[in-house]
Amino acid sequence: MSSAPRTATERTKLPYCHESFHNLQELRHSASLANKVFIQRDYTDGTVCKFQTKFPSELESRIERTLFEDTVKMLNNYYAEAEKIGGQSYLEGCLACLTIYLIFLCIETRYEKVLKKISRYIQEQNEKVYAPRGLLITDPIERGMRVIEISVYEDRGSSGSSSGSSTTSSGR
Amino acid sequence: MITRKVTRKWEKLPGKNTFCCDGRVMMARQKGVFYLTLFLIIGTCSLFFAFECPYLAVHLSPAIPVFAVLLFVFVMAMLLRTSFSDPGVLPRALPEEANFIEMEIEAANGNVLAGQRPPPRIKNVQINNQIVKLKYCYTCKIFRPPRASHCSICDNCVDRFDHHCPWVGNCVGKRNYRYFYLFTLSLSLLTIYIFAFDIVHVVLREYRNFFEHVVSLTPHCTVLEVLVCFFTLWSVVGLTGFHTYLISLNQTTNEDIKGSWSGKNRVQNPYSHKNIIENCCEVLCGPTYPSVLDRRGVMLEDSTSPTSSDASAASTHKSSNPVSQTTKSSAPLIPNEHTPDEAKPSIGAGTQKSTSSPKEEKPPSPTSPNAVAPAVIKESAH
Repeated sequence: MSSAPRTATERTKLPYCHESFHNLQELRHSASLANKVFIQRDYTDGTVCKFQTKFPSELESRIERTLFEDTVKMLNNYYAEAEKIGGQSYLEGCLACLTIYLIFLCIETRYEKVLKKISRYIQEQNEKVYAPRGLLITDPIERGMRVIEISVYEDRGSSGSSSGSSTTSSGR
Repeated sequence: MITRKVTRKWEKLPGKNTFCCDGRVMMARQKGVFYLTLFLIIGTCSLFFAFECPYLAVHLSPAIPVFAVLLFVFVMAMLLRTSFSDPGVLPRALPEEANFIEMEIEAANGNVLAGQRPPPRIKNVQINNQIVKLKYCYTCKIFRPPRASHCSICDNCVDRFDHHCPWVGNCVGKRNYRYFYLFTLSLSLLTIYIFAFDIVHVVLREYRNFFEHVVSLTPHCTVLEVLVCFFTLWSVVGLTGFHTYLISLNQTTNEDIKGSWSGKNRVQNPYSHKNIIENCCEVLCGPTYPSVLDRRGVMLEDSTSPTSSDASAASTHKSSNPVSQTTKSSAPLIPNEHTPDEAKPSIGAGTQKSTSSPKEEKPPSPTSPNAVAPAVIKESAH
């Protein structure tokens, strides 16, 4: 943590990597929340859960576009897998109906299994990709599956030195 | 030694739901008609099991009461599942998300001259090559997803909102629609079954009376059951038929009543697969969606929230006390949507919502209970 760059200009010279935030807990303790960016749902395919892959301008200096898009695409794939209507969902539905849905007291539904996978994936992404860049993704299920909330953190040591893109966001 | 009382998230949820069993059960506030439903079903079936079944089991077949029991258990299970589960409530936006959306709206609207009404808050999205309008909910501070609607009785936005059913004491939405359908279907079968065997019972008795020169009276309960079943039949079978029609077209009651997809100039239903079997499969055999309301999660003190809205603390306290106003619903099926026309958010201060009025007059800032509650774990010093 002592090797962290102090000023915004120093930080922008780094290839998107803050040495101080290599730990999620350090992120919460050593940084203050500057802003939150919300990735909205993409309804072009109907009511299936899918998020927009459009790269928000607030994150331009914080993370590479491809990394962000990969994360969102992966999440979309997971949700598509959970909501897929096919042989397995029919089997699950019919079996559950025959047991008057008591079977759900014993086994997990496919959706719940995929949600656990998503939660692990987001945890892993936060640890490996986002926390080192001073960002944190919140699992969409905690926001009613409406948005992917990305919290943007600023190093507490640098007071007033906004990196420009994250704090003043007043629409595009 | 004082034990720490854990506060769970359901205790702080906004909306007019009641919760039981420490958040496991979620229902609407008015449960009177639900108790009536329970009474009618259990009462009629008890009479059937007590008076008809012994006679029919002996004179016809013991399979009759067995099948009736199975059907009864299925009906009750579906009813309780519909009534007690989360219909697909969308949680309200937290302050940061609400502000983010407000900023987006302001940016999109540009400058509104003083004294002029701001344009209605509508987003257009293209779904399967049809333009669908997403409306903004002033209570929940979100743009409602497609097919979602705000129920004024429960004061929640519900995903794939069908209708609020007083008979089951809950909204019918994405998560419990199939249980509701199976409930009406199995109740229709049960009603027909009891009705049919009541008639068989009466006929058999009179037949025996005639041939064996025995006088025995048809019990009064049979007459009562026949009456209940007769009136139930028309309504429940009709309702089942109506919902079968809706499922085959992949429509909700709300959309049907508002005529969203009918009429020449209207948009065609973009969610329909244009195939009855596929539509039925999607609605009835689709995935079981999880509840996004974490009712039994434990409330923690939120120390990272940068929001400074003092009103939120006050309104959280207000929302945790049960509001004494009750909105009695008189109509049996009440599709609800709470849209404010193009009302300015600052107009009006009424917090009373009546079921029939479509206009919402609630100002968004002071009474919104969607705050992050600080310091909720009640910790006693020991």
